[in-house]
Amino acid sequence: MSILLNKDTTFIVQGITGREAINLTRECLDYGSKIVGGVTPGRKGREVHGVPVFDTVAQAVENHGGQIDGSVVTVPPGFTKDAVIEAIANGIKLLVIVTERIPRGDVAEMVEFADMHDARIIGPNCLGLIVPDVCKMGGIGGPARDAAKSYEPGAVGVMSRSGGMTTEISSSLTAAGLGVSTAVSIGGDAIIGSTYAELMPYFEADEQTRAIVIYTEPGGRMEAQLAEWKKEHDSRLPIVAFMAGKFMDDEEMQGMSFGHAGTIVEGKEDSANEKIKRLEEAGITVVERIDEIPDAVKERIEA
Amino acid sequence: MRFYEYEARKIVELAGIPVTKYGFCQTADEARKVAEDIGGPTVIKSQVLTGGRMKAGGVQFADTPEEAAEHAADILELEINGLEPVGVLVDPKAEIKQEYYAGVVWDGTAKKPLMLFSDMGGIDIEQVAEEHPEHVGRGHISNLLPVGDFEAKQVIAATGVTGSRLNRATPVLAKLARLFRDNDMLLAEINPLAELTDGTFVALDAHMEMEDEAVGRQKKLLRKDLGIAEDDTRDNYVPSRFEKNVKAIDAADHRGVIQGKDHGFSGNLGLVIGAGGGSLTLTDAVRSQGGKPANYSEIGGNPSVAKACGLAKEVLQKDGVEKIAVMMSIVSNTRVDIVARGVIKACLELEKDPAETIAIFRIPGAWEDEGAKILDHYGVEYCDRTVSLWDAAGRAVAKIQGASA
Repeated sequence: MSILLNKDTTFIVQGITGREAINLTRECLDYGSKIVGGVTPGRKGREVHGVPVFDTVAQAVENHGGQIDGSVVTVPPGFTKDAVIEAIANGIKLLVIVTERIPRGDVAEMVEFADMHDARIIGPNCLGLIVPDVCKMGGIGGPARDAAKSYEPGAVGVMSRSGGMTTEISSSLTAAGLGVSTAVSIGGDAIIGSTYAELMPYFEADEQTRAIVIYTEPGGRMEAQLAEWKKEHDSRLPIVAFMAGKFMDDEEMQGMSFGHAGTIVEGKEDSANEKIKRLEEAGITVVERIDEIPDAVKERIEA
Repeated sequence: MRFYEYEARKIVELAGIPVTKYGFCQTADEARKVAEDIGGPTVIKSQVLTGGRMKAGGVQFADTPEEAAEHAADILELEINGLEPVGVLVDPKAEIKQEYYAGVVWDGTAKKPLMLFSDMGGIDIEQVAEEHPEHVGRGHISNLLPVGDFEAKQVIAATGVTGSRLNRATPVLAKLARLFRDNDMLLAEINPLAELTDGTFVALDAHMEMEDEAVGRQKKLLRKDLGIAEDDTRDNYVPSRFEKNVKAIDAADHRGVIQGKDHGFSGNLGLVIGAGGGSLTLTDAVRSQGGKPANYSEIGGNPSVAKACGLAKEVLQKDGVEKIAVMMSIVSNTRVDIVARGVIKACLELEKDPAETIAIFRIPGAWEDEGAKILDHYGVEYCDRTVSLWDAAGRAVAKIQGASA
């Protein structure tokens, strides 16, 4: 099986006429995803790779003639909050927010609104998610041909704060014969819709998934939250973690941000070494080297 | 974006929270006049964006306007942690009965702002939370619903504060929570919040920080209410020549993004790497294997040949750089052939042999076959996804150490 997506998942692309959105629409269609409409206010009547464009989400839903499952949101930061709330107000339950540089107050508002409506947000500042050979929602993995190289169906659930590293890690799992059940680029911002711990119950319920790999960075409490979740739940899933950005623990790097907006060491809890300690205390395997991930997963699955 | 104390107090004042009759001054004469208006003992405080003002002598007490002017003259000349003050704040010396703390911060796990209150004000709240947890009240506020006074009241009451103090402190914390949300703050603190001998509550010091992403939509507060100029970013960080040059190259062309940092790096191996997570992983991998990075960089979003070339040239021209390592995690948007063209062009323009200068080229993904062909033509070995990020970094380190030995 998979989490969040399946072969029947339908979605729209908000901001579909933008350059990046046109590309990801092509990629997702080629991969077999069911994009049932696009929205760009004022552009009703156009088509993007055969996908009809509407002015509003309501029009897209009406045209589809029933509930639409998801939306990939690629509108500029100042318009994202309204676009996401529009989608949720029209019954959409799964939002992938690609947009970067959204003020966190807006993100927090969207997340609270989503919670009230039983909707789930992935991102912002993410590449979306992919179920190998089934469905891809967002730019994750790139063109269908490239995505097929990196992602083969298998046993490992992947969650990553970096979009690019989601594919790098998945490719190594595919090469090792382990494959991927579902890979989620969760986003690089300080506040995101779905954290590791918040997605764990989905993987827990997915029979195909036999282990979890997370890619993580300094900054924030997301890893501490996962460690707490792991201690509180008797999870059947072994977790292997890789921590990038250890150089940021150096004193001269304090207060500087590298890579992603959420990656900044401000307090003691934020540092790479502190996070590694917490994860290990919770029984999570933290590998030192990125290329040790597949073997560590095999070891944990077989143990 | 950070604010000076006099601005933070203004923000608090605009939100309807009582403050003392303070004045912001940029000369000793102005300080004398404000002290005369106040008509009693005053406090003169340096306006500088750094902590430890008290210790450094940036806060002085005066009994007369003359004394206030003298202190102001001294403080205006006093650098604190290498920063010059923009002025002084002259404040009446308050008759304090008790000091409290009121603050609002983001809770990233709950994804909501968190109100904090303590009846032990004037000191560091983290210290109070650690040593006297029962003296710190906490409560989340909604991002969507209006902030109710009762929510603030619950937080304050949790510290044991009751009676008229509770009723007087409640609107202060509630208003602070509202201003935090309305003004896109990352941090809004009043410390100390003082209960004066007459029973009134006033903000004696305030600390505010606004999220950079929101600066564009807070123009009314920033430009009109506080008079902060557009180019005043409050960034204490002084970019290096390398950092400035890379930024200029990035700005000159809208295609793709390049970033470069060399603060804290001084090695001999130039890094032309990407993207966000890949760069973090690769920088660690180089260092863990004994390599000395000359810089940090990020390539993303499919930059042009000129941009990739510009970044590589800047890295190659840094002092002490002998070779560059060109490495990225698997790319889907950025094209391998374009980066290959860019880095080779950089070598040739600087009259360096690409085969010698490029210690490694490891970028798998989009247009990799074309990239491999270009590299092969110049005698540079191409590494695909079968070479891990760790091994790629290791090979680059081995090459440069072999060259230096």
